[in-house]
Amino acid sequence: MTDVVSIKDFSKRDILAVLKQAGEMEVMPRAQKAKILENKVIASLFFEPSTRTRLSFETAIQNLGGRVIGFADAGVSSTKKGESLSDSIRTVAGYCDAIVMRHYIEGAARRAAEVSRVPVLNGGDGANQHPTQTLLDLYTIQKAFGRIYGLTIGLLGDLKYGRTVHSLAVALTKFDNIKLVFISPEMLKMPHHVKTEIKDKVFFKETANLERYLPKLDLLYATRIQKERFPDPTEYEKVKDAFVLDLSVLEGAQKHLKIMHPLPRVNEINPELDATEHAIYFEQARNGVPVREALLYLLRDVRKW
Amino acid sequence: MVKKLEKGLYIKPIDRGTTIDHLSPNSALKVLRIVGMGEAAVTVAIRVPSHKMGVKDLVFVENKFLSDEEIAKVALVARNATVNLIKKGEVFRKVKLGLPERAVGILECINPKCITNKEKDIQTVFEISKDPVEAKCLYCEKTMNEEEIAARIKG
Repeated sequence: MTDVVSIKDFSKRDILAVLKQAGEMEVMPRAQKAKILENKVIASLFFEPSTRTRLSFETAIQNLGGRVIGFADAGVSSTKKGESLSDSIRTVAGYCDAIVMRHYIEGAARRAAEVSRVPVLNGGDGANQHPTQTLLDLYTIQKAFGRIYGLTIGLLGDLKYGRTVHSLAVALTKFDNIKLVFISPEMLKMPHHVKTEIKDKVFFKETANLERYLPKLDLLYATRIQKERFPDPTEYEKVKDAFVLDLSVLEGAQKHLKIMHPLPRVNEINPELDATEHAIYFEQARNGVPVREALLYLLRDVRKW
Repeated sequence: MVKKLEKGLYIKPIDRGTTIDHLSPNSALKVLRIVGMGEAAVTVAIRVPSHKMGVKDLVFVENKFLSDEEIAKVALVARNATVNLIKKGEVFRKVKLGLPERAVGILECINPKCITNKEKDIQTVFEISKDPVEAKCLYCEKTMNEEEIAARIKG
């Protein structure tokens, strides 16, 4: 592998190799880690702002002893002067040893990877792909359960527009004996194209009834329901509380149920759950660092030409 | 050829050019829209009887040989058709069309936010799948159905 563009490019074996490496990054002594990207420069090009992805990537780079160049906002880049993405990437690839990029245009990461001589790590391209999020989600599942098989996993909330849940659902089809439960209001159901892609590979069920399926779940992956997705605000008012997680809702859950969330959360998880054994969403956010360290480590010497 | 005409053909055979046969009924005009025939003389038959298909469309183009790229475009909307290139009344190349696995540089992406619609120097690439026919953009990973494909073949 020379780039991290789309989770679809990863076989199960590739995914497991990344997760294994992430585990090793967590136990590697700091001084040893700091030599991995010594004297290397990593470009961090954020054409669209992001907090978690950019900061965890830049933390990973610094932990590995690399130096960061780049920008956090397209307003300061030459895109503003009308330069094409291809030209920007060709230029920056000449300065650095790898490129981390987030872009608002879909397919930008694939294009960047084609024209760059150094590896491109996609930190999100519009509504399309965000592979490092999916990898850190899988790493979090593996850490929490010690395995990624034989699990019943609920995906909750906005399943229509949530790129995170689409990629995760597709990635989970590569693992054995996974059951998926898609829990959402009617209006925000999992899109047809995702269901078509996974239908022969994994068992899944669609429902609007969280209470009914909650007792069966090992893991509940919650997402934010955005008010602006609803053309009629009264529709939003009707559904918003049906998908809020709090202590009383979780009375029906198994003791070992874990709750994940890509963050930021708004109302969908009551902070009273943060201190419970169920909540692993902040750990999930933290896992972004070792997973991104692992990817930078695995691609550290790649030169495509 | 002459013999067939005597039997009562709907179109007079051409001496030189391209014939597109076994087009599904009512698809001839779609094919013409997709492949610009320029100044060439074109004869079209729509919903004529066919042994093989019951009814079919036919397109005869005089003095123009479809390029491989044009044939690939026709294949996207008429995958069961047969293309014959004819010189001196004889078929010198016969292409039974089929759905290509990849469509390179001949389709536009349906997604306005796709990089291929923002930067025109990028050659589009679509993976084509069957049953149902779909084209998936290599870049933004959006898929188009058969109707959407037909509407986005580059002119």
